[in-house]
Amino acid sequence: MSDRGERKYKVVGTRPIRHDGVDKVTGRANYGADYAVPGMLWGAILRSPHAHAKIKKIDVSAAAKMPGVKAIVTSADFPEIGSGGMAAGESHIDPKDLQANIMARGKVLYHGHAIAAVAASTLDQAREACKAIQVDYEVLEPVMTLDRALAKDAPILHPGRPAVGVPPLPEGDTNVMMRLANAKGDVDAGFQAADLVVEGTFEASMAHQGYIEPHACVATARENGQADIWCTTQGPFAVRSMVSVTLQVEPSRIRVIPSEIGGGFGGKTTIYLEPVAVLLSQKARRPVKLVMSREEVFRATGPTSASRIWMKLGLKKDGSFVAVDSRLEFDAGGFAGSPMGAATMTVYAPYNFPNFRLEGLDIVTNKPKVAAYRAPGAPNAAYPLESLIDEASQKLGLDPIELRLRNAVKEGDVASYGPKYDRIGFVECLEAARNHPHYKAPLGENQGRGVGAGFWFNVGLQSSATVSINEDGSAIVRTGNPDIGGSRASMAITVAEELGIPVERVRPLVGDTDTVGYCDLTGGSRVTYATGMAAIEASKQVIEHLRARAATIWGCEVDSVEWRDGQAIGTNGASDNKPLSLADIAKQMGQTGGPIIASASVNPPAAGPGFGVHICDLEVDPETGRTEVKRYTVVQDAGKAVHPSYVEGQFQGGAAQGIGWALWEEYLFDQNGKMENPGFLDYRMPVASDLPMIDTVIVEVPNPLHPYGVRGVGETPICPPLATVGNAMSRAIGVRMHQLPMTPPRVLDAIETKKG
Amino acid sequence: MSKIQVQTTINGEAAEFLCDGHQSLLSALRDELGLTGTKEGCSTGDCGACSITLDGQLVPACLVLAPEAEGREIGTVEGVATASGLHPIQQKFLEHAALQCGVCTPGLIVATRALLLQNPNPTEAEARYYLAGNLCRCTGYDKIIRAVLDAAAAVRGESA
Repeated sequence: MSDRGERKYKVVGTRPIRHDGVDKVTGRANYGADYAVPGMLWGAILRSPHAHAKIKKIDVSAAAKMPGVKAIVTSADFPEIGSGGMAAGESHIDPKDLQANIMARGKVLYHGHAIAAVAASTLDQAREACKAIQVDYEVLEPVMTLDRALAKDAPILHPGRPAVGVPPLPEGDTNVMMRLANAKGDVDAGFQAADLVVEGTFEASMAHQGYIEPHACVATARENGQADIWCTTQGPFAVRSMVSVTLQVEPSRIRVIPSEIGGGFGGKTTIYLEPVAVLLSQKARRPVKLVMSREEVFRATGPTSASRIWMKLGLKKDGSFVAVDSRLEFDAGGFAGSPMGAATMTVYAPYNFPNFRLEGLDIVTNKPKVAAYRAPGAPNAAYPLESLIDEASQKLGLDPIELRLRNAVKEGDVASYGPKYDRIGFVECLEAARNHPHYKAPLGENQGRGVGAGFWFNVGLQSSATVSINEDGSAIVRTGNPDIGGSRASMAITVAEELGIPVERVRPLVGDTDTVGYCDLTGGSRVTYATGMAAIEASKQVIEHLRARAATIWGCEVDSVEWRDGQAIGTNGASDNKPLSLADIAKQMGQTGGPIIASASVNPPAAGPGFGVHICDLEVDPETGRTEVKRYTVVQDAGKAVHPSYVEGQFQGGAAQGIGWALWEEYLFDQNGKMENPGFLDYRMPVASDLPMIDTVIVEVPNPLHPYGVRGVGETPICPPLATVGNAMSRAIGVRMHQLPMTPPRVLDAIETKKG
Repeated sequence: MSKIQVQTTINGEAAEFLCDGHQSLLSALRDELGLTGTKEGCSTGDCGACSITLDGQLVPACLVLAPEAEGREIGTVEGVATASGLHPIQQKFLEHAALQCGVCTPGLIVATRALLLQNPNPTEAEARYYLAGNLCRCTGYDKIIRAVLDAAAAVRGESA
């Protein structure tokens, strides 16, 4: 840890071309659906046409006789398993729910829920056979809103399943799956002492991660019980664990080979297809390929939660916060497990509150089961607080950044969720935003400027890395983390920095579950941080080998060999020797002890949180309600940017997703619970002409937990935009909106309401 | 049901394949010809991941029926680089870090090539509108647009 501050970097902080780049610009890179093997069958999945129904009977006999059909799978082919928790990166997964989400058992809980799967010689045959499967349903009333889910006479999605968490809990059958609460001080007294109280209920829509690559896999099951799964995933080891638990087989029976991944944003941290493909392959004794359509991705894979958050904030005239209270309601979709828990932890994290209180509810509805999406829960949670802070700044006549600075957490403050902050960069981000030319630039007519802040914990978790030396003096670094946004480059930079060789001389590889040490998934903004630390540690061990080899060549003690600038340099009596480069030593590996290779693993319990501050200028057409993002700036603490271009890319991509969520993106359901917009034409993600350039400022406040000071950067950027855009909107149109997305009709409504 | 035989030209080379009458050209390229550089993101013509050129015109391969390729000239991402190296568009995408996951990249590169043939000196707004049919979820488009404008300059011979 002595490196921080004084260390001069040669490679860290540079912008080399990514090692996997050529394959990705030429079309050679193989993604989930790009894999095929001889003898492979195609699979298709029959999905529920009802959002809420009991499955009375499934008859596959006609389908089984259809041309080309080789295997059919229903929930009856899955082993029955009990409830219980399993760790899954940043969240916990109930194996029974996981299995029932993959293949409905007894009941369907959303439109598009999988009922059965067919493997056939061609995709057309598999699809035709799905149509021939007879399913008898007893259709139930779909629960499509939080209000309906919470009503006394609501249909219950999971009868007999009690709410868990912090009392008071709802009694008897309920759609509330969990209640959490947290408090400090005397909130009511705090509000009484406040000079200003602002309050509101803020709703965010159900939004999809929107990765461009649909889920896909090819499974090959063997007669000896071994199965290979090629798939697109954020975590091959997570897929192995989840397939293992849903099929009740040992993890070592399964080898997961990750393809290139075409985006995930948390959505590829869970599984949908893989166990189905394995079962089909077992039955057919042939490899089976399953690929989702875009419509299936929308209907049946995890979006993130819609949320409704009531919040009340009390302040003194000088802007200091005296009390805050909130109720966070999160829509989990068909099964328990919204990111409500993370939201209750992040919601107050950026500021000091002498008194706070909150309660959070995880509520099930007949919508697709939510999955992780970039800082799960945190954007929803930041939206109300950052909006109320903006409202308070207007009412108190204070600059919104100044108001935040007066309350911002610093090193030594105790976070609302428990731990004491180590070195963090929130104040530095706020100051950088205030000093940015964007913040002072003039605004035009019908334009408004908003600022907002965001927080994410980041995670550590388990990682392994192996570094080996080639005979030409180059190195290979192998990890088990799929490269979702440039992490191969950051691994190579790290190893090059340690070994003292050019980054082009390091080849970063992503291995499969049989060829590399265990790595938790690519998520939680953890790869460059945690897997990077494993790579640093493995590199340091390689350097020990290199020093020993130099000592052998020179016939001296290893203590007389230093490793500096990619060379073994003799000291203490060995200094007459001409320095040996890595290449010199590598050439003689066979004579000095054999191959040089080292592996290391880490399991950091914490990661060092990330803070960001965004600035947005909007222009609103008062006639049509159409909104244009005129200018956008992201300021964020990266600790130390290993590859600044990919750090900027995370900032820009997260901001763009947040802007989309704020202005355009939402799941629309009809009264029967069918999603009405399951395609990119109607689920409106930002396109190139929707956005301006997105300016970035990388703040570097070193993370004390990492040798270079690295912090995760991937998730924080999606936390500020909901409120940042909302604040810009309220200043542009002169009225505060409380519901996302702020589509033109809603903007016009808000303008009309203001007119009275 | 018998297959349809299609004779076509792909990236300048004669090619032949069998397909079903209702099969998309995207499926034929990927599943019959092994040209998986063209990606499938939606199959409804909304994402641009399967952008190809058909007789020089930019189209989503998912909205073309495979038999329609008969006698036509198809251009895919596999034909953008040459034996002498990457195309300047590909090089600029790499230099500007204009890709993260990379799955939209083949479509964007094919679309950018079509743009620059039509308009060698696009403004930022022209580039953004021309590429509005190519979704990228990772980058926020900033680095893509910079790469496109820089590639345009390189193709015009105005930058290194």
